[in-house]
Amino acid sequence: MKVEQISIFIENKSGRLAEVSRVLGDSGINIRALSLADTSDFGILRLIVDQTDKAKMVLKEHGFTVNKTEVVAVEVPDRPKGLCGILEILDANKINVEYMYAYVERSNSNAIIIFRFDQVEAAIKVLTEHDVVVLKGERIYTL
Amino acid sequence: MIWNDDFETLPREAIASLQLKRLKQTLDRVSVAVPLYREKFSAAKVETAQIKSLDDLRRLPFTLKQDLRDNYPYGMFAVPLDEIVRIHASSGTTGKPTVVGYTRRDIDIWAELMARAFAAAGSHRGDVIHNAYGYGLFTGGLGAHYGAERLGASVIPMSGGNTKKQIMIMKDFGSTVLTCTPSYALYLAEAALEEGIDIRKLPLRIGIHGAEPWSEQMRSEIEEKLGIKAIDIYGLSEILGPGVAIECVEEQHGLHIWEDHFIPEIINPETGERVPAGEKGELVITTITKEGIPLIRYRTRDITRLIVEPCTCGRTHVRLERMSGRSDDMLIIRGVNVFPSQIESVLFSIEGIEPHYQLIVDRADNLDTLEVQVEVNEQTFSDEIKVLQNLSHHITKDIKDLLGVTCKVRLVEPKSIARSEGKAQRVIDKRLDK
Repeated sequence: MKVEQISIFIENKSGRLAEVSRVLGDSGINIRALSLADTSDFGILRLIVDQTDKAKMVLKEHGFTVNKTEVVAVEVPDRPKGLCGILEILDANKINVEYMYAYVERSNSNAIIIFRFDQVEAAIKVLTEHDVVVLKGERIYTL
Repeated sequence: MIWNDDFETLPREAIASLQLKRLKQTLDRVSVAVPLYREKFSAAKVETAQIKSLDDLRRLPFTLKQDLRDNYPYGMFAVPLDEIVRIHASSGTTGKPTVVGYTRRDIDIWAELMARAFAAAGSHRGDVIHNAYGYGLFTGGLGAHYGAERLGASVIPMSGGNTKKQIMIMKDFGSTVLTCTPSYALYLAEAALEEGIDIRKLPLRIGIHGAEPWSEQMRSEIEEKLGIKAIDIYGLSEILGPGVAIECVEEQHGLHIWEDHFIPEIINPETGERVPAGEKGELVITTITKEGIPLIRYRTRDITRLIVEPCTCGRTHVRLERMSGRSDDMLIIRGVNVFPSQIESVLFSIEGIEPHYQLIVDRADNLDTLEVQVEVNEQTFSDEIKVLQNLSHHITKDIKDLLGVTCKVRLVEPKSIARSEGKAQRVIDKRLDK
């Protein structure tokens, strides 16, 4: 039920993002979703790609610092208050969201949101108990 | 004006004979009272009775900053603690400071030498001396304070910081002399302009600046922006504190070192041998009147040369050329002594930190800045911003706790800090180009 995400440390200087996408592109890796968090000095690029381990390997070969983390992909009704309903479930169960970002594709006419939780297992349990659709990794990589 | 005409204009021969007499007295005292010197002299197979001329001084072993650290806190004192009336300390590499103690007579001499320094800088009774050196363990504040009182001037014990108040008092109290680090002088000038006050239009006429490296360009800038004569002062807590040497306002070229209290030598820092007269090398100072903590051939690590030519001001004491660097890698950041090895020890005590780092020292808005660049690796990296920010804060706090210096931590990509074949270039001091 979990999705693998890679994150890459990027110094705040020109050309670094281009370099990441070039390295991935040259290896035939497709980016499925991304989010960039930045501070004045550095950024953290988080990616969901179709070949996680290969992406991690080629980026490391090119000198990047790469981590693999588990995130959760959740189907969110594509209507007003759709996201709100899910966040309220999480809040009521004291599940903290570290960060989240939207996925480009849809699933059954629903939007997909990627969540990073501290307690991944607990979050999945709470969500599924409330009939929220949590998507499998394999599905996300190839959607 | 010359404060102490009898001693400051003593003929060279008289200085030499006074030095020899006082050197012998000092040696007799330390060889009995300080275990470290008993050991050092015996290891070097010299007896103090063999020191018959000033030239014989070269036979004596050096004293290092490390010796003071090894004898922390009171091991180097040459008198019982009940004769010590003041204790100061400076920062040290292990977190333990270097401790110095003063007898009542030491404090008296220090005040005299600082009064000489103020007078040499052109200050006199009737001046309002705005003392913005820090008061506390650091010798700067109290050292300048006692000298200013001895001079008969009105001293304002401002200490450092609180810039707006400094400006208000400088204006309202009519300060005529400013004592502070050179960078703080410029900072004050700019902060005053922001308040709509042009220091050039105030009664201030003299600045006495030291405790950090500065250049001739910076002197011109201070003189122009504050409308004053900026005078270079030299001192170090181990030897005395401020007032060991000072420029005279007549020449502003070379700092007269008070030779009736100190014997300066210039050595090759590699070999320890004296360099030929007039050549550059490391300054070594022997104190010949200190009671609390007399030091024999103390290696200051400061690079300079002696200017022996007579000075137009009339003082006969030799001059030290403006310090041009250090023979070790010590940095002086906002008046605090910092060794790269100290920062290294902080970094390495944090789990997962790479052994590659670089220190960028610069000057922004006339204040010294320290940036510590640390490479991120898989162990320290996280997909969460807060984890990396916590890492930065952790490093900043540990450095602040140990050294008292606030730094900015910049996390950089792996392998982005240049590796070198030989000695890694740990420090980039951009102040030297300014």
